[in-house]
Amino acid sequence: MNVVDKTNTKPSSDDLSPQQKDAMKRWVETLFEEEMKKREAAHTPSMAIIATKGTLDMAYPPFILASTGAALGWDVSIFFTFYGLLLLKKDIDAKVSPLGNPAMPMKMPMGPKWLQDMNITLPNAIPSLVPGFESTATALMKKTFKNKGVATIEELRELSIEADVRMLACQMTVDVYGFKHSDFIEGCEYVGAATFLPEAQKADVTLFI
Amino acid sequence: MNVTSIARFDEDLDARGLNCPLPILRTRKAIKPLETGALLRVLSTDPGSQSDIESFCKATGNELVSSQENSGEFEFIIRKN
Repeated sequence: MNVVDKTNTKPSSDDLSPQQKDAMKRWVETLFEEEMKKREAAHTPSMAIIATKGTLDMAYPPFILASTGAALGWDVSIFFTFYGLLLLKKDIDAKVSPLGNPAMPMKMPMGPKWLQDMNITLPNAIPSLVPGFESTATALMKKTFKNKGVATIEELRELSIEADVRMLACQMTVDVYGFKHSDFIEGCEYVGAATFLPEAQKADVTLFI
Repeated sequence: MNVTSIARFDEDLDARGLNCPLPILRTRKAIKPLETGALLRVLSTDPGSQSDIESFCKATGNELVSSQENSGEFEFIIRKN
């Protein structure tokens, strides 16, 4: 070990032997890790979602993730903008169209198992030419989801609200489409981008759906 | 249905036939009013719930006492912490 005269020199890490430096480094690391663990345990994770789509297939992800996040004890908020705003209407009228959705497999919710297991994809020409195809596709999807024990959008929305998920409605979209606040469910907050962004800034998870 | 490895549990949740994320949401709801140390049994058929329940317990600080599968049915015992 080096012996240094400390009377007229400032202490510096140069005064330490490699072993002392090593021990010091390990000690600081341990302290740091303990402190980080403490902070992590005290931290409530948060998630900020932007929901921009109003079709049945795209209505699921925000509500599934929001309700699950809330179940994990996270603080969750969803900002509903453009067509996503329709998911806050009192009566959700979300439909799904295979048109322009070329990868969407159509499922047959009735009939023999081989038929139900089949994934039928359709060329855009069919749904665009057959009147009422969208309603049929929507009905088939709802039935298939029900058969598979998947919750309805209304159910997931209700569960999200129950779990204190913040429902932020884009006021600009309300104005653009001429909606009234009375068209939407109770408990929405009508806000703008400047409210959402600071929320998203603090969030651990941010998703654009 | 197999016999659970722990003879008793305080609350029972049947989430069979439900799909993601309902088993987790129902579990959360069932465990909330329980007292610390109480045991909740959850039954499910969703294969994803095996990983999801484990992750749920980790995230919420509850203890997954046991997890087993028997011909497509899953049984979880969770201790509330």
